[in-house]
Amino acid sequence: MRITLFVPCFIDSLYPNVAMSMVKIFEQLGHSVEFPENQTCCGQPPFNSGYWEEARSVASKQLEAFKNADCIVSGSGSCGAMFKVFYPELFHGHALEAEAKALSAKTWEFSEFLVNKLNVSDVGARFEGRATFHDGCHGLRELGTKEAPRTLLRAVKGLELVEMGEAESCCGFGGTFAVKYPQISTAMAEVKCTSICETKADYVISNDSSCLMQISGWLNRNVGSVKCMHLAEVLAAR
Amino acid sequence: MQATDEAPPSSQFHSDADRSANDGPRRAAVYRALSNYKTARDRTGATFTDWKSARAAASTIKHEAVNNLDKYLEQFERNFTARGGKVFWANDSRQARDYILNLAKEKNVKAIVKSKAMTGEEIHLNEALVAEGFGVVESDLGEFIQQLKGEAPYHFVFPCMHLRRDEISDLFNRELGTAKTNSPEELTMIARKVLRRTYIEADMGISGGNFIVADAGMISITENEGNARLTVGVPRIHVALVGIEKVVPRLGDLALLLPMLATAGTGQHLTGYNSMYGGPRQPGENDGPEEFHVVLLDNHRTRLLADPEQRDALHCIRCGACLNVCPIFKNIGGHTYGTTYQGPIGSVITPHFRGLQDWKHLSGASSLCGACTETCPVGIDIHHHLLRNRRNAVTQKPTPLENLMWKAFSFLMRRPRLYSFATKVAPLAAKLHPLVQGTLADPVRVWTDTRDFPEPAAESFRTQFKRHQSTRASQTESTNTTR
Ligand code: SF4
Repeated sequence: MRITLFVPCFIDSLYPNVAMSMVKIFEQLGHSVEFPENQTCCGQPPFNSGYWEEARSVASKQLEAFKNADCIVSGSGSCGAMFKVFYPELFHGHALEAEAKALSAKTWEFSEFLVNKLNVSDVGARFEGRATFHDGCHGLRELGTKEAPRTLLRAVKGLELVEMGEAESCCGFGGTFAVKYPQISTAMAEVKCTSICETKADYVISNDSSCLMQISGWLNRNVGSVKCMHLAEVLAAR
Repeated sequence: MQATDEAPPSSQFHSDADRSANDGPRRAAVYRALSNYKTARDRTGATFTDWKSARAAASTIKHEAVNNLDKYLEQFERNFTARGGKVFWANDSRQARDYILNLAKEKNVKAIVKSKAMTGEEIHLNEALVAEGFGVVESDLGEFIQQLKGEAPYHFVFPCMHLRRDEISDLFNRELGTAKTNSPEELTMIARKVLRRTYIEADMGISGGNFIVADAGMISITENEGNARLTVGVPRIHVALVGIEKVVPRLGDLALLLPMLATAGTGQHLTGYNSMYGGPRQPGENDGPEEFHVVLLDNHRTRLLADPEQRDALHCIRCGACLNVCPIFKNIGGHTYGTTYQGPIGSVITPHFRGLQDWKHLSGASSLCGACTETCPVGIDIHHHLLRNRRNAVTQKPTPLENLMWKAFSFLMRRPRLYSFATKVAPLAAKLHPLVQGTLADPVRVWTDTRDFPEPAAESFRTQFKRHQSTRASQTESTNTTR
């Protein structure tokens, strides 16, 4: 299958290893991976801030960049939700509405794509350690992703998966919210991270790098011992 | 002395939010209270055979009601007045207040007892009554405590959820002169003793209403303490102050809505007392008020009604569930909002009720996690409405600096080559970062004050992927040549 990667801007420059891990996994499964170079950002930051006009102009560039893709896979549930859920709303009543809907229909969050499109639940990974999983809100509530990442993680040899009490609670990132309301955002991170620490896990895994930026930001400052990993990085480990 | 203007709602919000987000003990108390709620709610929610369908049905009922508000409200009025009740349509808070004040004066009212009514808070009814010399006593235990404390309700269902038992005991001791105690039963008994006397002395009772039932011409009131029954039943005059969106078409609709309200609101199967009031005392009956007035309050609800995109926010049955699951509410608490209706639904409707520009910060103060929408028993698209409020605020009046910033952002993101160049210089910029770190010129300081920020990778994904592709291509080529 020809798989087109959508690599959100912050994964591109801050967490390239996440996207490289996705490449590795898909290629090992025998698929070809494409990366349209003219992709940039999904436009979520201005969209969430109310600047829909600016968001639309960025988004229309992505419609163009991904026009020829068969299926688009994103390593961030949040940016995936932007394509899948918010583009149709953003372009509602606009000239590019049909294109936005077409893009939405072929967009997948990484774990859903593996489990429900490729029907793979074991990618042959081996990773030693005790880990807990954080559900990114956009993946969980906009896209309905809950089981797929857990299915994949349960098949990882050497990995012990423990659920935390606040698995479904927001980490407090929320895009620009994290810098517009830093105190509230940090308080939310504290609640999340306290719950992570209670599990005595060595790793916290998520399918959304934006949440991990927030969680690791708090953990590194205050705890230090728990490591953050993206699901793809764990699945690419051998 | 120079008059100091009240701080605008947004700066008030910012400073209160910062303070309360740092108040560890209060946050812990709120989390504790709400975790009990969660356990109870999970248990009762599970007894619905199919919560999803129940929710869809509830949403359909409210949709029908809200989209035919004129028809159902008039039907209610006809049926209610046929039994001798009086209905007053109040456009705004002033009309509602004046009606109630004039009534109290005209009927020579001395003392008023009130059961829980958020509409009363909304129109600042108590302040108005007290200013005219009427004594008003709140009869709901939580509201009674808040009234003694001189504080607005913290949560529109659990008014004093933020208080510990010893704080309540101290308050009673200070205000009522009672002995300190740590027993919830004794605390309740103290309040009850004060309140019993009040019901008997009051000549006017004021309540809210959970539902306005059109076909029956009745008001439905749900409560756990029995105080609303006494507030309605004992004094000679009763006034129910109800928002117009509370209407439902049929009595039968309550068979679904009452259990849903209880489950979502408090985690009960059914609230302790569910009463229906259809007007004043009828001939041959020996209790109930001699006069029964219903004040139907608009107060900008029709403004929301006129917005087809967000009209469903009027479906709200004020169960409070969205507050109970909201991570923002849990961390900043109810008073920070500075509104009658706190939490997610408050952040949606307050800008409509009280002005978008003044209250848009509430819609901004959300990570858009969607826990509210997920829990809402009538399926309101709560967190997406926050996005729509943000959009509307910008369309109406963009903030100059932000406007410029997003224009620049969009300029960059529309140019893949420029963007790609930016990702290449990012690691360099990171190297220079220590020069400004922690200073006012530090662009990521709002982040790094409380959290670490990741270092940009030495090479962006696009660079790594390009190399990966060419290695693969040359590998395939060499395999082909060896063959
Ligand atoms: S918006 Fe929904 S969850 Fe929130 S109070 Fe209203 S009915 Fe309850």
